[in-house]
Amino acid sequence: MSVQGKFLVGIFDDEDVLLHSVEHIRHEGVKIHEVFTPFPVHGLDRALGYERSRIDIVAFMFGTLGMILGITMIYSMMGIDWPMNIGGKPNAAIPIFIPVTFECTVLFTAYGMTLTFFVIAKLLPGLTPVMFDPRSTDDKFIVAIQLDRNHLALDKINQILKDNGASEVFEKEV
Amino acid sequence: MQVTSPVRAPLVTSGKKLHDVTNDICKQVEGKPTKLWIVAFTISVLLLLYGCFCLYKTWTVGLGVWGLNRTIGWAWDITNFVWWVGIGHAGTLISAVLLLFRQKWRTSINRAAEAMTIFAVFCAGSFILMHVGRTWLAHWCLPLPNTYGSLWVNFNSPLIWDVFAISTYLSVSILFWYVGMIPDLATIRERATGISRTVYGALSFNWSGGAKDWQRYEQVSLILAGVSTPLVLSVHTIVSMDFATSVIPGWHTTIFPPYFVAGAIFSGFAMVLTLMLVTRKVFKLEDYVTVNHIESMNKIITLTGSIVGVAYITEFFIAWYSGVEYESYCFINRATGPYWWAYASMMTCNVISPQLFWFRKIRRNIAATFVISIIVNIGMWFERFVIIVSSLHRDYLPSSWTMFYPTMYDIGDYIFSFGLFFTCFFLFAKYLPVINMAEVKSILKSSSVNNNKS
Repeated sequence: MSVQGKFLVGIFDDEDVLLHSVEHIRHEGVKIHEVFTPFPVHGLDRALGYERSRIDIVAFMFGTLGMILGITMIYSMMGIDWPMNIGGKPNAAIPIFIPVTFECTVLFTAYGMTLTFFVIAKLLPGLTPVMFDPRSTDDKFIVAIQLDRNHLALDKINQILKDNGASEVFEKEV
Repeated sequence: MQVTSPVRAPLVTSGKKLHDVTNDICKQVEGKPTKLWIVAFTISVLLLLYGCFCLYKTWTVGLGVWGLNRTIGWAWDITNFVWWVGIGHAGTLISAVLLLFRQKWRTSINRAAEAMTIFAVFCAGSFILMHVGRTWLAHWCLPLPNTYGSLWVNFNSPLIWDVFAISTYLSVSILFWYVGMIPDLATIRERATGISRTVYGALSFNWSGGAKDWQRYEQVSLILAGVSTPLVLSVHTIVSMDFATSVIPGWHTTIFPPYFVAGAIFSGFAMVLTLMLVTRKVFKLEDYVTVNHIESMNKIITLTGSIVGVAYITEFFIAWYSGVEYESYCFINRATGPYWWAYASMMTCNVISPQLFWFRKIRRNIAATFVISIIVNIGMWFERFVIIVSSLHRDYLPSSWTMFYPTMYDIGDYIFSFGLFFTCFFLFAKYLPVINMAEVKSILKSSSVNNNKS
């Protein structure tokens, strides 16, 4: 997502108004760059036409990896590399694998998924985020529309935003 | 679209608006430290320093400075470890289990509870590291390649499971806590100037609050909650297996895993209450942590306290019903032997005191809740002490029967953990948002007085 160019920023005060407006604005043929909100607004991703996040698949794959690594580690240590005879019991018994394998699965799921999230969402320390308006982390809901990527005229988009309940609209160059 | 229930009491009172939430929480972070905070922080640091001195002695002289003897090889160290790790469980329970159950009241307490979890697990971990004696060789617990041939750790041992469980628990808790905090750190960043803007800017990881980020963020939170829930249950299960898989009478019982997990949630909620009642008062957060929140937590305390009570009685019954003489003796000795006072304190504090919460007046009374929450934690400390010391002190050979007397270093190392816990907690309370602003804002529309009316 390249963030450069001229933007029209619409500010909304209420999440329900925002949710409907986003649908209307898109219906009128305006392409929305992104909506910034202080908290997760449920249904907003669907209103914006975003596909569902596939991070759950990533989580599952990392979990599977952790599980395989856990079993492999214990089996290779207890069963192959240094088998120990403890009271004549099997030296690599499956039931004793369970706790450590489970912990490895959880550890890999959690860290693998979250680090993937950080990378794809560009959430890394040291970067400076593009903030269209600082109030979007406080109490306002912000719709950012990139002007170069829309065919409609500035005034027209301005009017659409205002008609749909934006309390404030301004231009901003990033 | 949110549905407003006319029946449920609001979770956020005084008609707070979105902007009020930001102001109320950020105020604590942005303001200069108050006198009260400085005094409290100094006391914690002094406790920590005294604890460090005792720890220094423990390390340089050896575990001989503790009151352990040939019969009682585990006492305060493991008691404190289990106590702290149990306290830790409430944070994960509140943030993960209540998230899965979509309980909205979790939003104003989850942040502080999770912080408490992390610091409690620090303390628990410090006892694990201490009790090995030569702490600088603690890495021998890890399956690392070494110079003794390819000798690995013994994966048959629950103590090794514990190493994996506690370290995974700590890492995942920190991750869950931090991911949840990123949006709030961004809020603070946007309000800050100068050096604090740089610091919170780095801490907030480039967060801008876009809809796509929120979509992924919610997915990540949900899955983290999903994996944390079995994780938290596994941790105390494995801790209980440290005892249950041994063949010591009084420890060798299959009831331990569920009983320990219930006890952990019980003591954890009590600790959350102790901390939150003080925090809400000092930071003036009465509108966010309301009497309804306190009541909900008290209900969970009553439930888990009753489970623990049933477990105590079941244990006793099974000891008799099993017909095993050693097991029966162990339990009769617990209740009537030289440690009867510890057993009696445990029973009174854990089984009787939470039953007072059946009275609505008491469970909605802040002073009473505060007192009972402390009593519960005293009781839970005694529970671990009773399980550990009273099972060990009279072993199979009556000539080795003995008592445990803590030395100043046993006490000092316990003080160390309190110093560590409160130093961390006060730093958290001052420099990080104590309430999850983003989540509280997301429930404001459905659960605030002001918006219900309009």
